[in-house]
Parts: sequence; C-alpha cells; structure tokens
Amino acid sequence: MLPIGHYLFLSLALFILGVIGVITRRNVIVVLMSIELILNAVNINLVAFSRLYGDVAGQVFALFIIADAAAEAAVGLGIIIAFFRNRETVLADEMDLLKW
Amino acid sequence: MTTGYFLDHLWMIPLFPLVSAALMLFVGKRLPKIGVNVLCVGSVGLAFVYALGAVSQLLAADPKYRVAQQVMFEWLTPGAMQMTGGHLVRFVADWGLLLDPLSCVMVLVVTGVGFLIHVYSVGYMAHEGGYYRFFGYMNLFMFAMLTLVLANNMLLMFVGWEGVGLCSYLLIGFYFLKKSASDAGKKAFIVNRIGDAGFILGILLTAVTLGTIRFTSQGLPDASGATGIFQSLKAAVEAHTLGYGSSVLTAIALLLFIGAMGKSAQIPLYVWLPDAMEGPTPVSALIHAATMVTAGVYMVVRMNAIYQLSPVALDVVAVAGATTAIFAASMALVQTDIKKVLAYSTISQLGYMFLALGVGAFAAGIFHLMTHAFFKALLFLGAGSVIHAMSGEQDIRKMGGLDKKIKYTYYTMLIATLAIAGIFPFAGFFSKDEILGRAFDRFFLLWVVGFITAGLTAFYMFRMLFLTFFGYCRADEHVEKHIHESPWPMTVPLMILAGFSIIGGWIGWPEVIGGENRFEKFLDPILKGVMPETGEVNIVHHALLKELLLMGASLTIAAAGIFLAYQLYCAKRFAPELVAKKWPRLYQLLLHKYYVDEIYDAVIVNRVKDLSTLFGLFDGKVIDGVGVDGAGWLARFGSTLSMWWDKWVIDGLLNFGAKFAQLLSYPIRLLQTGMFSSYAMVILMGLVVILYLYGHHMQTLLRGVH
Repeated sequence: MLPIGHYLFLSLALFILGVIGVITRRNVIVVLMSIELILNAVNINLVAFSRLYGDVAGQVFALFIIADAAAEAAVGLGIIIAFFRNRETVLADEMDLLKW
Repeated sequence: MTTGYFLDHLWMIPLFPLVSAALMLFVGKRLPKIGVNVLCVGSVGLAFVYALGAVSQLLAADPKYRVAQQVMFEWLTPGAMQMTGGHLVRFVADWGLLLDPLSCVMVLVVTGVGFLIHVYSVGYMAHEGGYYRFFGYMNLFMFAMLTLVLANNMLLMFVGWEGVGLCSYLLIGFYFLKKSASDAGKKAFIVNRIGDAGFILGILLTAVTLGTIRFTSQGLPDASGATGIFQSLKAAVEAHTLGYGSSVLTAIALLLFIGAMGKSAQIPLYVWLPDAMEGPTPVSALIHAATMVTAGVYMVVRMNAIYQLSPVALDVVAVAGATTAIFAASMALVQTDIKKVLAYSTISQLGYMFLALGVGAFAAGIFHLMTHAFFKALLFLGAGSVIHAMSGEQDIRKMGGLDKKIKYTYYTMLIATLAIAGIFPFAGFFSKDEILGRAFDRFFLLWVVGFITAGLTAFYMFRMLFLTFFGYCRADEHVEKHIHESPWPMTVPLMILAGFSIIGGWIGWPEVIGGENRFEKFLDPILKGVMPETGEVNIVHHALLKELLLMGASLTIAAAGIFLAYQLYCAKRFAPELVAKKWPRLYQLLLHKYYVDEIYDAVIVNRVKDLSTLFGLFDGKVIDGVGVDGAGWLARFGSTLSMWWDKWVIDGLLNFGAKFAQLLSYPIRLLQTGMFSSYAMVILMGLVVILYLYGHHMQTLLRGVH
C-alpha cells in the first residue's frame, strides 16, 4: 500500500493545475474542465483519507461530488450554449455585461 | 270690491296663453299641427271666455264698486325706500292683477281681437315653416300683453311692456333668414329701448315722489285699501306739497310719455313701425295695429291722474299726437306697399289717440283705441288675405280688379275702410268725431290738424282700396290665374271684425244725436282727477249746433277725400302721375318719408357706428394689444424664466448629485471587472490569506474530527 503522501501529492498537483487553469484560461469550457480537475483533486484526497482511516464516509462524499460535478457540467454547458447563441463567443474576457 | 267666479280667477286669463306658449316653445316641434291649433287658439279662446266672464261680473256691480283686484304674491319684498322728501316709506310691488273699467276694455280688445287673429293665423300660416314657433311667440305675446293691461302696478306693467317688446322683436324677425326682417326686428327693439329708458325713469321718479307705484282705480274704492298713486297724489295735493303744474309731475308725465312714444310709434320714435311690416301679416294685425302699439295710449290713460295735473305734459302729448297724425297720414299718401299704407295709417291713428289724451279726452282716446283695434285689425287681416290671394304680392300698383274674385275680403275691407275714414254710422266715425270735438274745444289749431288728417286718411285709405280692388288686374298672368278666396279660418274672423267695425262705435253714440255715450260714462270713474276742477275737463257740454256742425265738417272732408281718391284712382279723371309731376319736390319728400330714416342714419346711427369703430380700435389696440397680448407675453416670458430655472437649477441640482455619486463610486466600481478569472484570483488570494492566518485553527478543527 502506498503511503498517504503520494496520494496527497498527486491531489495537490491536480488542484494546482486546476486553479491555474481556472485563473489563466480565457475559454470558459476549459475553465469548466479545470474546475473538474479541482473537484477530482478533492475526490482523490477524500478517497485516500477514507482508506487511511478505514472510514467509508469519505468515499460516500466523493460519490456525491461526482454527481454534483455531473450536474454542474450539464448546467454550465447549457449556460455556455445559451450564451454562445447570443454573443457568438465563449471567451470569458468578452463576457463583461455586468462590468461597470 | 266685487267678487265672482271669474273675478276670483283673474289670474287664469294670462295663464292660459302662458302655459300654451311654454308647451309650444319646449315641445311644440313634436306636436302635430292640429295639436298646435287646438292648444294655441284654444288657450286664447279660453282667456277670452274668462275675460268676458270677469267683465260681465264686474258690470253687474254698481258703478261705484266696479273694481276687482287680486294680489297673487308680493313680488318685490317690501322694503324701506327713501323718498325725495327725505322720509322713508314701505315700498311694495305685487304680482297683482287689477280689473277696472279701463282694463275691462283693454282685456276684451286684447283677448277678443287676439282670438280672432289666432284663428286667422291658422289659415294664413298653414303653409309656413316654424308653425309651432309662430304660435308659441303669439301666445307668449298674449301673456305679456294681458300682464301689461291687467297689472296693478307700474313695475308689473313694465314686465308686460318689455314682454310684448320681446315678442314683437321675435315676430318681426320671424323670417329671420331674410336680412331685412332681422334688421327690422333689431330696429324695433332698439328704438323701443329708447322709449323704455324714459318709462323706467318715469317709474323710478314716481316711486321716489309718491312712494308707491301701485295703480288704484281712481275714484273707485281701492280693493286692498293699500295706498296707490291716486291716493298719495291726492294726499300730496291736499298737503300742498304737489299741485297743478308741479314740475316734478310734469317730469314724470314727460318721461312716461317718452315710453309711450316708443311703444306707440309717435314722432320721433315712430320709425320702427313701418319696418315692422316685415313680420307675418297676422303679427302686424295683432301687435302692430290692434294691441301692442296701443299700450302707450293705455299707459297714459292709466296714469291720467298725473297728466291731469300737468298742463305742459298734456300740451306736449297733444302736439306730438297731432304732428304724428298729420305727418304719418301724409307719408301714407304715396306708399305703394299695401302693408306700409296701413302701417303709416296706424301711426297716424295712434297720433289721433294721443291728440285725444292731450286735450284731456282720455275716454275718447280709449274709445278710438278700441274702434281702431277692430277696423285696423280687420284691414291688416284683409290685406293678408289679399296678399294670400296674390301669391305674396304686396305692391298695390300690381293689384286691381279683385272685388269680384275675393268677395268676402273685398266687402269686409270696404267696411273697415269706411270705418277708418269716419263715415257714419261705422265705428270710426264716433270715436274720431269725439276726438275732433274735444280738440276743437281745447285749441282750434289742433282741430284743424285733426280735420285735415281726417281728409288725408279718407283719401289714402280709399286710394288703397281703389288700387287694390277696382279697375283691371295689373298682376302677372300666372298670379292672376291663381287668385282665390282665402279659406274659412281667414274669412270668418274678417266677417266678425267687420261686424264690430260697424257696431263697435255704437256704445259711444253721442248724446247730441240721441245716444247716451255709455262708453264715456263707463270709464268716467277712473278718469276723475285729483282736483275736482281739473277732473271736470272730461265733462264739457257742447252746444248742440256746434257739435252737429263739427260732425258735418268731419263727414264732408271724409267724403271729399273719398271723392278725390275716386277721381284719381278709379274714374281716372286725371292721372296721379301728373299731380306728382306738378309738385315734384313735395312728391319726392313724401316718397322718401321726409328723409327721416336718412337723417337718423346720418345724425345718430352712423355716429354711433363711428363711435363703435373707435371703441373697436381701442379694443383692438389697447385692450387686445396691450392688455391681452401683453399678458400673454408676460406669461410666456415668465414661463421661459421658469423653464430655465427648472432646467438649470432644479434639474441641475439633481444632475449634480448624480454626478457626484458617480464620481465617488469610481474606485469601488473598479473592483467589478466583469472577468471571473480575476474574481477567482481574488477568491484564491482570500483563501490563501485565511489559511495563512487561521491555518492552525484549521489543524485544531481537523484534529477534533477524531
């Protein structure tokens, strides 16, 4: 069994990749994908600790998060398609209607 | 005071025509013609029946008590009034009716002749538009006229006086689409207004001098016992504050006479009457011959107590009357319009009546008023029948030879013409002779004027008769073919009036030829003056021979006038045109009616117009220019100012507040970039900071899980 540090390191790497993606990418679809990375980083953490402590609650949480990510992806992509129909763009820096 | 059903219902006499007039003018348009006929003629007929009943009940009483008075309500609430003497009196004006011998005569003439004329109008107006309107005005006139003659005080009389003036205006302008008709209506109204101003001043002067304007039947006991003109005049004479020839009484009498001059078309206010012939012919008969124009005569007789104390006023009345009589008669000589001849004849006969009043023969004046109402109404109605037959033609030069074609009209008009010419024993003879006799006693020259007028009257009336009915027909062919006798509603009143034109004078059959002169005795109680010695002027006994001679003279000149007219217009011994050519200036003068209308135009009418133009200019330049336009400019200037204030100060302050808020919010606004990556960055930073600050707490928290 691998020590917990490996899991945490992988999770940290994924999380950082996701955060960098969310902050730096212009394309909203890529941003959504980066959010998925962050969520999966959390999932790895939860499953790893669940295994470590022998407590199944973390795995249940991970399943909830997967369902939540699926719902979020569906809603998020719906919004993006609706937005694209109006503005013909999916670039985040062009979405500035609420800007002062 | 006498009583009886009809005397207690005096108020219904004027009410009948009033109700029917109101119905006509409000809903008459929706009534069928037969309804209009029944209602309008019926109401006047009922008024006549009630008048007849009231008069007969009054006649049943002892001559001393022949008076009935009915106060319906106190019209002007009693109040204190200061008289010229300085003391206060209780001043009352009732809405009250008074029936005494004088109003008896008037009310019978008004309702009787009025009823006949209403019947006649049914035939005459049958094919005219505005049928209900005509009858509505006619009934309204009847109401006003009955109010006038039955009023128990001067103010109520004035109401009737103005009412008949209004109806006269409305009916003269009945064909108001015709400019001449509407102009004539206006002229009548305006000229009458001058007289009315005199009348109302006379009323006011009477009120402040005598403290009352209530008539009382003079010499008869007053019904209500309230003080009337006669009583207060008598008291003043007995107290020597007023007397024979008092200037204030003369002033009252002259002011009232100005009113009478306007209404009764005397010189110089007669000019409206000839123009008034623009109205339908029954109107001319009713208003401008038989009733309304005699209101002035009635009023002067009603106020005779004052006139008897003012010799100056009586002389003015006599001279004005005589002048009017002869001038109007001379103008009638050359008129070619059948109605205009009759109009001038009416003015002339009214002059006769005033001549009678002026020489103190009040009863004779009223007598002539009555007979004149019969024969002049008949003449007008006959003229209407002629016009009807001639398809609207009024020019007597285009008539002629009608005597065979319209027999009833011809014979009735012949009777009326004989009556007006003063031929024995027709009605006009008695009244005219009475007047001439009294004028002779008073002043010879007045008699001469009246005598010449009698000749002129006979001449122009027979000229009209000969031109209309004799000789050959000078009308167009199609008019001639169409000549027809009028329907029975028109001819029956003619025949009834013809009967009265014959026998109407007999009630005043003079003593000198075997009569009793009942008429004068009947009126005597109301003509007794305040001072017995002045009142006695009514009873002067003529020498028998003198009186017979005067009668003969009147008959002779009338016959001479008729003979001359016969020679000129019937037998054609010499042509009237030659006579006109012989005295061209005189002819032109008469033809242009002495240029009186032109003189009035030049002296008064055009000057008033100039004044109006001046006022118009003032109105345009000063009132409109400075006043109205100035106010408009000021308002616009003010609103411009207000607009600037609104725009720059009120709105400016608001805008300033908004700009200020915008300015202040600028740094805060910068936070909202609209880019979620920057928001995410901030969230991340915040998370890092929170973790950095509270990380050890977090460790504690996590540890607590286990």
